[in-house]
Amino acid sequence: MGRIALQPPGFYSTVAKAYRKQPNRWGLLLTGGVILSLVLFIYWAGGHFNPYQVRILNLIGINIGLGLSLNLINGFTGQFSLGHAGFMAVGAYTTTLLMMPPAIKQMNFFMMPLVSPLDQIQLPFLAALLLGGLLSALMGVLIGAPVLRLRGDYLAIATLGFSEIIRIVITNIRSVTNGALGLKGIPAYTNLWWSWGFALLTIFVMTRLIHSSYGRAFKAIREDEIAAEAMGIGLSRHKMLAFTLAAFLAGIGGGFQASLLTTIEPNMFRFTLTFEILLMVVLGGMGSITGTVIAATIVTILKEVLRGVEAPMNLGFISLPGIPGMRMVIFSLLLILVVLFYREGIMGQRELSWERLLGQKDSSPERGVEI
Amino acid sequence: MSLLELEGVGKKFGGLTALSDFNLSLAPGELVGLIGPNGAGKTTVFNLITGVYKPTEGRIVFNGKDITGLRPDLITRCGIARTFQNIRLFGSLSVLENVLVANHLRLRSNPLEAVIRWGRYGAEGREMVAYSQSLLEAVGLAHLAQEQASSLPYGQQRRLEIVRALATKPKLLLLDEPAAGMNPAEARELMDFIRQIRKDFDLTILLIEHHMRVVMGICERILVLDYGLTIAEGSPAEIQKNQKVVTAYLGVETGA
Ligand SMILES: Nc1ncnc2c1ncn2[C@@H]1O[C@H](COP(=O)(O)OP(=O)(O)OP(=O)(O)O)[C@@H](O)[C@H]1O
Ligand SMILES: [Mg+2]
Repeated sequence: MGRIALQPPGFYSTVAKAYRKQPNRWGLLLTGGVILSLVLFIYWAGGHFNPYQVRILNLIGINIGLGLSLNLINGFTGQFSLGHAGFMAVGAYTTTLLMMPPAIKQMNFFMMPLVSPLDQIQLPFLAALLLGGLLSALMGVLIGAPVLRLRGDYLAIATLGFSEIIRIVITNIRSVTNGALGLKGIPAYTNLWWSWGFALLTIFVMTRLIHSSYGRAFKAIREDEIAAEAMGIGLSRHKMLAFTLAAFLAGIGGGFQASLLTTIEPNMFRFTLTFEILLMVVLGGMGSITGTVIAATIVTILKEVLRGVEAPMNLGFISLPGIPGMRMVIFSLLLILVVLFYREGIMGQRELSWERLLGQKDSSPERGVEI
Repeated sequence: MSLLELEGVGKKFGGLTALSDFNLSLAPGELVGLIGPNGAGKTTVFNLITGVYKPTEGRIVFNGKDITGLRPDLITRCGIARTFQNIRLFGSLSVLENVLVANHLRLRSNPLEAVIRWGRYGAEGREMVAYSQSLLEAVGLAHLAQEQASSLPYGQQRRLEIVRALATKPKLLLLDEPAAGMNPAEARELMDFIRQIRKDFDLTILLIEHHMRVVMGICERILVLDYGLTIAEGSPAEIQKNQKVVTAYLGVETGA
């Protein structure tokens, strides 16, 4: 065995050069190419796709962002959160109330007037979105601070409870949210640029974060909390970081969705919404960014395709009434099947990379790690 | 001045007294052994020093600072690192990543800087990778840097756990049965390794070990625990002659 000694500083930078993951020129070029094609596609799709198809494309973009944010806390950090519907509701309502023109607010709140100064405020879309995300992140801090200190599955229970409470509160503070009547006529700002911009930005932030020292700390916590803590990683600080960022992104995603659907009401934010996003994360692979991107696309499309099973069917000899909730049954079965027989999901904890797609070996020691 | 001082430390789990009135003083640079039969309370001592358990009584002072009841990550930041009796690596991470995780406590960049790779993060990240890589090279694990930690053979996992602890740049290293499950040749090699890192990293080491030969060969001083009580303390020669120790412990395992 070699002698171990602290080396002079020059030695380290030489070693660092040798082992740092060299940015793959082809990879960068290909990534650039994909982004460019996406931009061209969006440009093209705006003129050639029908509104229904555009809506699905929008939903895919938003769902990629939402799925990734849930994967950050559940898959990468190993803390099981079930609160996404709640965070999305906070984001959706905040964004809507901040950007809706006063005239439309007045039409919505015909039973009980909207409290001032909300009834007069009208902010630009981006500002409203960011504030929605921030309020959602603040909620994340308030729930996370007490709960993330505890070990075990308390987070799942607490976030589930939070999500339901948010829905009940929204139903009941009618002078702010218009209660069960919901809000209609939300300005439809969400378009493919916004939704896919959100998706790409989330992919970028997640990739960089996960491959940074913070990302390794998250994964260390997932693997073994006691060992992570013994390596000097503050557990609550890092869990809070992941959880708050996830809540922020969920809030933004909620805001986008509100402006895409142009109508929101409390019942949209039931547990089934969290469940759909959870399905994307589990199906794609807990702890895989590319897996979530793939699964978000599949689940979003599947949800539209399966719309048929809820509609009344006429099979010629027999006509079946529509069964509302049938898609949920199918999704639940799908989740059970994945968990039973396909626990890794599509990608497990692996990632698709250009090297992998092009059939190059990507684990040679020279490739090292990203820093 | 001593580096680590435990004064009358005790730990009860409900009705069970795992450790009582435990006193220990480690001088800088010492290599001290902690032995005793199964369930004697050895690992409990480590868990108390590293903050995994809070002592029910007594005081722990490290480097002049009272660390009694401090959070484990903060204790590690003070300069105490450990390995675990049942190996606790980050299984799905690579060998290199395992060591990198132990560098995180020195990172000064905030998450935003880390995401946009801006300012000091670049330099800090490179330094981190280089330091971890040089550690792996020094202990002969560099060729496995990209392997998944859980795929390593047992002996190398033990060694990786020690390297990971070293990457936190500790002053005091606590090793919990590092030679467990090793054959005599591997154990001997490990002992050379421990001597080497003590010298090269200026470490003070507290070592729990079952292999008598290992402890006797390497430690300057040995403490013997039995049912949570310190029944003997002295040089290896003194311990081997001590009647209480022989009956409590060596009597069964005179293989040494
Ligand atoms: N978390 C705990 N809860 C309850 N009892 C515990 C706990 N940790 C340790 N003990 C008990 O404390 C006593 C001392 O345990 P400890 O692990 O310190 O022994 P040890 O000397 O390390 O033994 P071994 O050689 O088997 O590793 C044992 O009786 C054990 O069952
Ligand atoms: Mg033990």
